[in-house]
Amino acid sequence: MSKHETIIGLEVHAQLKTSSKMFCGCANNFGDPPNTNICPVCTGQPGTLPVINKKAIELAIKTALATNCKINERSVFARKNYFYPDLPKDFQISQFDLPLAEHGFLEIEVDGNKKRIGITRIHLEEDAGKLVHKGADRIMGSDYSLADYNRAATPLMEIVSEPDIRTPEEAKAYMEKLAHLLEYIGVCDAKMEEGSLRCDANISIRPVGQKEFGTKTEIKNMNSFKAVMKALKAEELRHREVIDEGGTIIQETRFYSEETEKTKGMRTKEFSHDYRYFPEPDLVPIAPTKEWIEEIRKTVGELPDKKENRFIKDYGISETDAFFIVSNSKMATFLEETTKSYNNPKAIANWLVGEITACLKESKMTFDNIALSPNQLAEMLALIDNGVLSRKVAKEIVLPELLKGSNSIQGIIKEKGLTQISDEGELVSIAQDIIRNNPKQVEQFKSGKEAVLMFFVGQVMKATKGRANPDAVQKILKEALKK
Amino acid sequence: MIDKTAHELHDLLIKKKISSVELAEKVFLRIESVEPQIKAYITLTKDEAIKQAEAADKRLKENKNVTLLTGIPIAVKDNMCTKGILTTCASKILANYIAPYDATVVTKLKEAGSVIIGKTNLDEFAMGSSTENSGLQITKNPRDLERVPGGSSGGSAAAVAANEAILATGSDTGGSIRQPASFCGIVGLKPTYGRVSRYGLVAFASSLDQIGPLAKDVTDAAILLQVMAGYDPKDSTSVNVPVPDYQKSLTTNIKGLKVGVIKELMGEGISADVKSAIKSAIKKYEELGAVISEVSLPSFEYAVSTYYLIAPAEASSNLARFDGVKYGHRSQEAKDLITMYYNTRREGFGAEVKRRIILGTYALSAGYYDAYYLKALKVRTLIKQDFEKALSNCDVLVSPTSPTVAFKIGEKANDPLSMYLSDIATIPVNLAGIPAISIPCGNANNLPIGLQIMGKAFDEETILKAAYAFEQNTDWHLKK
Amino acid sequence: MEINIEHVAHLARLGLSDEEKKTFSKQLGNILQYAENLNKLDISDISPTSHAILMENVMRDDKVEKCQDIESIMKNGPEIEENMFKVPRIME
Repeated sequence: MSKHETIIGLEVHAQLKTSSKMFCGCANNFGDPPNTNICPVCTGQPGTLPVINKKAIELAIKTALATNCKINERSVFARKNYFYPDLPKDFQISQFDLPLAEHGFLEIEVDGNKKRIGITRIHLEEDAGKLVHKGADRIMGSDYSLADYNRAATPLMEIVSEPDIRTPEEAKAYMEKLAHLLEYIGVCDAKMEEGSLRCDANISIRPVGQKEFGTKTEIKNMNSFKAVMKALKAEELRHREVIDEGGTIIQETRFYSEETEKTKGMRTKEFSHDYRYFPEPDLVPIAPTKEWIEEIRKTVGELPDKKENRFIKDYGISETDAFFIVSNSKMATFLEETTKSYNNPKAIANWLVGEITACLKESKMTFDNIALSPNQLAEMLALIDNGVLSRKVAKEIVLPELLKGSNSIQGIIKEKGLTQISDEGELVSIAQDIIRNNPKQVEQFKSGKEAVLMFFVGQVMKATKGRANPDAVQKILKEALKK
Repeated sequence: MIDKTAHELHDLLIKKKISSVELAEKVFLRIESVEPQIKAYITLTKDEAIKQAEAADKRLKENKNVTLLTGIPIAVKDNMCTKGILTTCASKILANYIAPYDATVVTKLKEAGSVIIGKTNLDEFAMGSSTENSGLQITKNPRDLERVPGGSSGGSAAAVAANEAILATGSDTGGSIRQPASFCGIVGLKPTYGRVSRYGLVAFASSLDQIGPLAKDVTDAAILLQVMAGYDPKDSTSVNVPVPDYQKSLTTNIKGLKVGVIKELMGEGISADVKSAIKSAIKKYEELGAVISEVSLPSFEYAVSTYYLIAPAEASSNLARFDGVKYGHRSQEAKDLITMYYNTRREGFGAEVKRRIILGTYALSAGYYDAYYLKALKVRTLIKQDFEKALSNCDVLVSPTSPTVAFKIGEKANDPLSMYLSDIATIPVNLAGIPAISIPCGNANNLPIGLQIMGKAFDEETILKAAYAFEQNTDWHLKK
Repeated sequence: MEINIEHVAHLARLGLSDEEKKTFSKQLGNILQYAENLNKLDISDISPTSHAILMENVMRDDKVEKCQDIESIMKNGPEIEENMFKVPRIME
């Protein structure tokens, strides 16, 4: 194979979590029936005017702060002019030469090596509507198309990376890191599969040591982190093969197919676009004041990397567990909330990573809409420590109930009769029954096979449906067997 | 009755000498008799108007929420959206378009209790200076039926001049209120950019468009401006500053008012009749105690070029949405999307609109942006600075509104550049965003001549005052 | 001054007859020639004015306002199917 290095830059589009659209008051929802979240403004009725959603600007500034960007003192919206039926005004309000923020970076880690990926710019724009193609699955071959403007003019943030990415693995790591960050600071759902996070990639290769970039291709239609990696691997290979065979790469847009795991060029004439950008006369510039930026900075909170380190250092949580917990902002907050009323972060972390995650998975639920509250978990863990609940009962009976939405632990305990039996009298009598019914094992124990003790413990637990306090049972059995 | 002004009719209405319904019916009778010649209206809304007049009479009777416009018949230029009523922009492409909402100005007119008579003709999408570019009909000048009423608010100006409405709204991108006011012998005011909401005004050139009043006298213009003006959260470029009581500025004492005469608009290219009328007007101001000086705005030489790059560029983008997908005309000959776009826009737009779309698209296109559009934006800065400098020494500036009186229909139809050059006096005002008013100041062969008075941004009061003082001491506004 | 009118008309998705192409070419050539007078000015140090009145930071709060009249928006559609705007086949 040729000695080439790969150059990748990513353009990421993130749907912002605002209540209303970018330039009008329509709901920012798109699961609804076609053309139900529309109004004169977002359908481009003659005479209507856009008004900027302040929250969208704040979310973009928040992202800029979390990615170490410089926020421009003055940024300007511009019109990008092109005709397409998903674009009601036949221009898109976007930003061009004066974006909201520039010159940031994100740190990624691949195989234990840390690396900085530069962020060129972050800007805001409006999304297009959705086209439904009839008569075929996609545009090609369809008879006609239908336009739904529910998504039209919803806020979209574009994050453009520097061409600092060198491998498809790095591209995947960058996307995952960025998605995690956006989800974490609450600006975007960041689900590639659902389209709330989208990615286009520019890729080229050049001989190692050469300064100029090779001809790039733009890859579209990658709908998961894995697809980003696979598509880039396929395209990287294609570039190398073309060049090795003495061919040349043509600058073009290529679509990735999940089925074939290959990229495919659009066979149409590559029409050179001329978007005729000019400053949007209906909007005035955004010039964020220092005070405003500081206010937004306060809402950014602790970034994931920092939080992870703190969990490891201050809470004594293992690196793997800390990473697992922090990758879900809700879980990280849950942990911290629980520590307020139960001061054993490590135990909480064990439950979160272990029992709770397993139980959610088993019942096909996610942590995002978990019914269990931090206070309930704290209460349950305290009841285990106090010997009221056995660990086994807590895990197998109480936790599933709480995850199903029961709101009172005491209620569950009462209803199911789960209180741990610590009453010695009751346990002694159960133990004696078992000893009486198992003379063979008693003999074994007495002849020195102390491991048989666990058989008796098991039998007691079985008889009490796990409600017996294991420590107390052992003590009682040892005494009774010695008699 | 219908030749009276709004403020005169208001007195009759509150004294119960007439009713609003009676007044509206009189206006419709007048329309019936003269409209076949004038053709000022594209759409008449008689049924709605009578209902509005009845509601106005109720308000007057109960003396509740009575404003100066309550019960006053008004015409709306057909590029302002009216819910449930056709809004055509005088274009075939919107000939069947019923707006789903009211423009902010229309809402304000309705709230004030005025009676909307109908929608008036204009140059298609307000692009023109004669209303000959209407895709639907030709409006005649009521003062001479062989001549144009000016444009683009020609329908509104003609309707007021012919007593087919008491007041009218207009929009002004490069002179479209002032020039037809001048041609029809009435008063027209273009407010400061941002003074009146543009929400619901179908955009021609967004950074230049502004809505304003057309009226029979200065007082009526002030009254209508009062209702239209004010901040609107739906228009990001509308300015949130208090609106003064404009009627308070209508005083005749202008002693010491510093009036600057723009040298560049009193020389070559201005007809002798117009020049002499303006000179007499300046003399009048001197008599009234104003201090006259000559000012030079050297950048005016470049104003027409600047305007005809900026305005078409914005228009080319604003008019992209007329594509046959969401509303308006769609070509029936369309086997695929691109053919549909091509044919719809070919069939729907008239020649002048096409010309400007091409010009504007070109000015913005790759390789030409810096040479044309960006350069024009920079010259715009110079024009603005020239005005600021002149207005730092003067309270108002004066000039003719138009270099000539109303020209004959068809006279300039085949020469777009000469038509564009006739906007020389009005265009710079839009580029700078300042307010200006045109008032009748003379006649030539019984055709009216307009005086343009320009002021500082957001200082409509001073131009109204200067206009009022002149009007009260002359009778040009009464000539028919 | 020669405009590539074919290309510009395509950018504007504007169908023009041969006659129109000829007339417009000539007329626009004249206008652009006139506009050449701007080249007399030295404007290298001048900043552009895209808004007549200087303003900044005009924004609205993120509040949902449901449109009450979607029906009249849809009613204007030249061709509606499944409550969507129908367009002829898209050939890229």
